[in-house]
Amino acid sequence: MPPADILLTATGIIKNFGGLTALNGVSISVRRGEIFGLIGPNGAGKTTLFNVLTGIYAADAGELVFDGRPVDGSKPHLVAQHGIARTFQNIRLFGGMTALENVMVGRHVRTHTGVLGAVLRTRGAAIEERAITQRARELLDYCGLAARAGSLARDLPYGDQRRLEIARALATDPRLLALDEPAAGMNATETATLRKLLERILGDGITLLLIEHDMKLVMGLSHRVAVLDYGEKIAEGEPAAVQRDAKVITAYLGGALV
Amino acid sequence: MSASAPWRRVAWVVIALLLLAAPFLIEILFGRTWVRITDVALLFIMLALGLNIVVGFAGLLDLGYIAFFAVGAYCYALLASPQLGMHWPFLVLLPLGAMVAAVFGILLGAPTLRLRGDYLAIVTLGFGEIIRVLLNNLNRPVNITNGPQGITLIDPLQIGGFSLAQTHSFAGLTFTALHNYYFVFLACAVLSIIISRRLEDSRIGRAWVAIREDELAAASMGINTRNMKLLAFAMGATFGGVAGGLFASFQGFISPESFHLIDSIMVLCMVVLGGMGNVAGVVLGAVLLTVLPEALRYIGPLQQRWFGEVFIDPSDLRMLLFGLALVLMMLFRPSGIWPARRRKAEENHAAG
Repeated sequence: MPPADILLTATGIIKNFGGLTALNGVSISVRRGEIFGLIGPNGAGKTTLFNVLTGIYAADAGELVFDGRPVDGSKPHLVAQHGIARTFQNIRLFGGMTALENVMVGRHVRTHTGVLGAVLRTRGAAIEERAITQRARELLDYCGLAARAGSLARDLPYGDQRRLEIARALATDPRLLALDEPAAGMNATETATLRKLLERILGDGITLLLIEHDMKLVMGLSHRVAVLDYGEKIAEGEPAAVQRDAKVITAYLGGALV
Repeated sequence: MSASAPWRRVAWVVIALLLLAAPFLIEILFGRTWVRITDVALLFIMLALGLNIVVGFAGLLDLGYIAFFAVGAYCYALLASPQLGMHWPFLVLLPLGAMVAAVFGILLGAPTLRLRGDYLAIVTLGFGEIIRVLLNNLNRPVNITNGPQGITLIDPLQIGGFSLAQTHSFAGLTFTALHNYYFVFLACAVLSIIISRRLEDSRIGRAWVAIREDELAAASMGINTRNMKLLAFAMGATFGGVAGGLFASFQGFISPESFHLIDSIMVLCMVVLGGMGNVAGVVLGAVLLTVLPEALRYIGPLQQRWFGEVFIDPSDLRMLLFGLALVLMMLFRPSGIWPARRRKAEENHAAG
């Protein structure tokens, strides 16, 4: 495969917590413009891998290459600057800020106003501030949250909170959007809306990395999936092939059935 | 918006006129002591607004904030008194004090970056005490701070040939030192309010609030949390440093006694009681908590008048009632008298 097609490569990622090996030499590569699903039973290491990819944990070994450049995976804000944005499994919005402000925070990494600009309200700062507000509104609208702009994030219904996290992540202008169980706790209607949103994001040229337990969603959406079990990748490929994989079936249903 | 704009303008003009007339009105109504208390209240507004940046915006519980007030005060006192024989102009000293305090803010903030909540509070409390103890003991072997005796004969503010410590007459009004300082402090307090509000409404302020709400999520959104926290410490310390310099010149005398833990806690109370994170609330908190303990001094004379004798020593009763007031406010208004409400300003801004 020509390297230009690959957006993110993780090679031989190892992460230990004390005596527990959460990730034992996991490698994945995500192609530009695809939805890459990451599945596996609870405790398989999916979120740990996410946290390594987004700089929240430093890997004990292994390397990350994003868009042809090695990523120093120990600083979340640098990862965001590189163009990887994420959402969290247990929603982590800025609860006391409005929906609009949450998205405006996402623009931080692409804007520059400093203390002096802010205090003196320079022309540049004012123009930038207007651009931040406008972009944040567009993104709220994009995610179907335009009517919620003024609500505090913590007061939003659950499904809206999930989509607000996506809007906030999109505000950082990511090339890769990593979603940790975006459909968790959603009802069928909300999941359908989410699915449309994800397809739209993909259509706008953003690559998606998706952890999801909703098999119908992840198998239906993903171009390729990788399956983790006990910190190791046991399968990778197109959804249909992975679903038939004996190891995957064993991991999910237990050995006795095979 | 267009309908309320003229009224708003009128309201601002009235407020501005009241503020300008305040020292004279207060002197006539309550006496000179209260002009002095008003001056001190203005200083505390600056202090509380500075601490509000650290505690209210960025959510970093700092119990040693008074240290920056001390640094600013000593910076001014040492360079404008007979202590070291130096008499630098205040136009140099105030920015210098702000800068030195900011450097201290970063120095004391840096080791605490990984701490939060109670742990941060304990460490900052320790730092605050270290500064005070240091000032107390820097009189041996070389006498720098004059130790517990403090520094006396600190130069008053002087603008050109106009000394704020002297009485001046202008347009039929007599401006005593207390009046002169009032106007300087008022200008500084108003400036502090403007700076606070503008920071709050900016990319920087949002980053601080984001860190307060969820540091990990903030970092994942690309905010350099280390730098932003250090910036909060430095900005907060700057306010404290300027207020310290003004305090030194106003009092003419400072000693480590003025910078105790209780003073840190007092400023924190202003922020928390007023409404953490809300500039207007913090200003209100600063004014109330400066005025309230002073007003409670009148408990003694009141007892005398009502009962013919003083049953309880006013100084005991004063702190008792003050404590009671704090407890009641926390019970009935746990998020402050005037709590921060994340504004819908942007909303209205775009819609209107």
